[in-house]
Amino acid sequence: MVAQNVAFWVLAVVMVAAAIGVVRSRNVVHAALYLVVVLAGVAAQFILLAAEFVAWVQVLIYIGAVVILFLFGIMLTRAPMGSDTPLDNDQRLPAALAALALGVLLVAAVVDAFRGVEIDIAGRSGPTPTSEIARSIFRTFVVPFELVSVLLLAALIGAIVLARRD
Amino acid sequence: MSLAVEVPWGLILALKTLVVLAVIPLGALILGYVFLLKMMSHMQSRLGPMDPGGYHGWFQLIGDGIKFLQKEDVMPDGADRRVFAMAPLVVVMSTFLVFAVIPAGPRLVVAELDVGIFYALAVSSLSVVGILMAGWASANKFALLGGLRAAGQLIAYELPLILGVVGVVIQAGTLDLQGIVLAQRDGEIFGWGGIGNPFILTQIVGFALFLVAAQAELTQTPFDMPVAESELVSGYMVEYTGFRFLFFFIGEFGTAFAFAALASTLFLGGWAIPGVDGTAADVLGPVVLLIKVMAVSFLIFWVRFTYPRLREDQLQAMAWKVLIPIALANIVVTGVLKVAF
Repeated sequence: MVAQNVAFWVLAVVMVAAAIGVVRSRNVVHAALYLVVVLAGVAAQFILLAAEFVAWVQVLIYIGAVVILFLFGIMLTRAPMGSDTPLDNDQRLPAALAALALGVLLVAAVVDAFRGVEIDIAGRSGPTPTSEIARSIFRTFVVPFELVSVLLLAALIGAIVLARRD
Repeated sequence: MSLAVEVPWGLILALKTLVVLAVIPLGALILGYVFLLKMMSHMQSRLGPMDPGGYHGWFQLIGDGIKFLQKEDVMPDGADRRVFAMAPLVVVMSTFLVFAVIPAGPRLVVAELDVGIFYALAVSSLSVVGILMAGWASANKFALLGGLRAAGQLIAYELPLILGVVGVVIQAGTLDLQGIVLAQRDGEIFGWGGIGNPFILTQIVGFALFLVAAQAELTQTPFDMPVAESELVSGYMVEYTGFRFLFFFIGEFGTAFAFAALASTLFLGGWAIPGVDGTAADVLGPVVLLIKVMAVSFLIFWVRFTYPRLREDQLQAMAWKVLIPIALANIVVTGVLKVAF
C-alpha cells in the first residue's frame, strides 16, 4: 500500500498546483490548459482506486470533449494572446467562503457515506472488470440510469430549441 | 511456456517502453516511405521522390530527415512560447499511448487492459488538445482557423468512430483487444471454423464507418480542411519548422499506423492465424498483423491521393446526418441479432 500512498500524494500535489494555476492564470487559454492537468490527475486517481473504466471515461469525456469545447469556445469568440485581459472581479471573499463551504460539505458527505468501508484493493487481482460495472448500471441501477438519460435528452433538445433562429 | 530466467519487472517495463518508442517512428517512416513517397509518386506521376540515391529514390526519406534536423528552429515573435513548444509533444504522446494496448501475438502486448479498445479511443482523442494548442499559440490567424477546423472535425467524427466499434464489442462480448482477436479466431462461419470469423464479415458496416471516421480523425484528404494547404497554407502547422514539424509528421503517420492496426485487430482478425498457436503464433503474429496494417493503410492512402477535399458544411453534414444514424442503426441491429441467436 506504500506505493499507492506515495503516488496519491504526488498526484494530489500536482493537481492542487494545477488547480491553483486554473484560478490564478491571467490568460483564459492557459487556465483551460491547467484544467487538463487537473482532470488528468483525477483520471490517475481513479486508476489508483482500481477503477480503470471510470478513469478512461474521465479522459474521453472531460479532456477529449469538455475541455476541447471550452478551448473551441474561447478561441472562436476571443483568443487573447499575452496576459493583459483582466480576469479578476472583486469577489474574493464570497468566492473563498463558497469554496470553503463546498469543501466542508463534500468532505463531510464522503466521510459520512464511506465511514468504516474499506475498498479491498490488495485482495483484488486487478482493476474492477468492466462487465461488473455494466451489470451494476444496467441491472441494479437501471432506473436512475434511464432517468439521467431522459434528463440529458431534455437538455439536448432545449439547447437546440434555444440555438435555432427561425 | 515461461521464460527460463526471471526478468525483474523494471526491466520488462523498460523493454516495453523501448519497443513502443521504436515501433511508432518506424511505422510512421514505413508508411511515409511506401505510401507517401512511392505510391503517390506512381499514382500522380511525381518524378522528384523517385530520383535521390539512384535505385527507385531510396534515399529520399533519409534526405528529408537530415533536412528537417538541420533546419532552424523558428518561433514566431508573438507566439506563446511554452504552449507552442509543448503542442507537438502532446500530439505525439497521444499516438504513443494508443500503441500500448494493440496485441501483436498471444503474449506480445504491452498492456493487456480490460477496457482495451475504449482506452485506445480515449487517448487518441487527446491529440485534439495538442492541435488546438498549436493553432492558438502560433499567433497566426491561419493557424488559429486550422486549429478550430480541426477541433470541430475531430469532435464530430469521434462519435461515428466509437459507435462503429460498438457493434464489434457487442459481438465479441469484451472490450479487451486480445479478447476481440480470440473471439474472431475461435468464431465459426455457419459451423465452419477454417478461417475463424473475422468481424469484417458481420460488421462490414462498422468497418466502413471506422475507416471513414479514421480518415477524418487523421485529417487525411478528403477531410483535410484543417491543413488545407491551398487555403490555410497547412493550418495549425504553418509556423512549425525543423524537428517540431517532424513531430507533427510522426504524429500524423504514426496515428495512421495505429488506426490501421486497430482496424486490423477489430475487423480483420488481428495477429491470429488459424491453427497456429503458442510460440509460433508469437513469432508469426507481428508479421501477419503488419501485412494487415499495410493493407488497411493502402486503403487509407489510396483514398487520400484520389479524392478532392470536401467543403466544411458537407463535412459536418456527413458526420451528423449520415454516419451517426447509420452507426446507431448498426448497433440496434447487432444487439437484436446477438439476443436472437
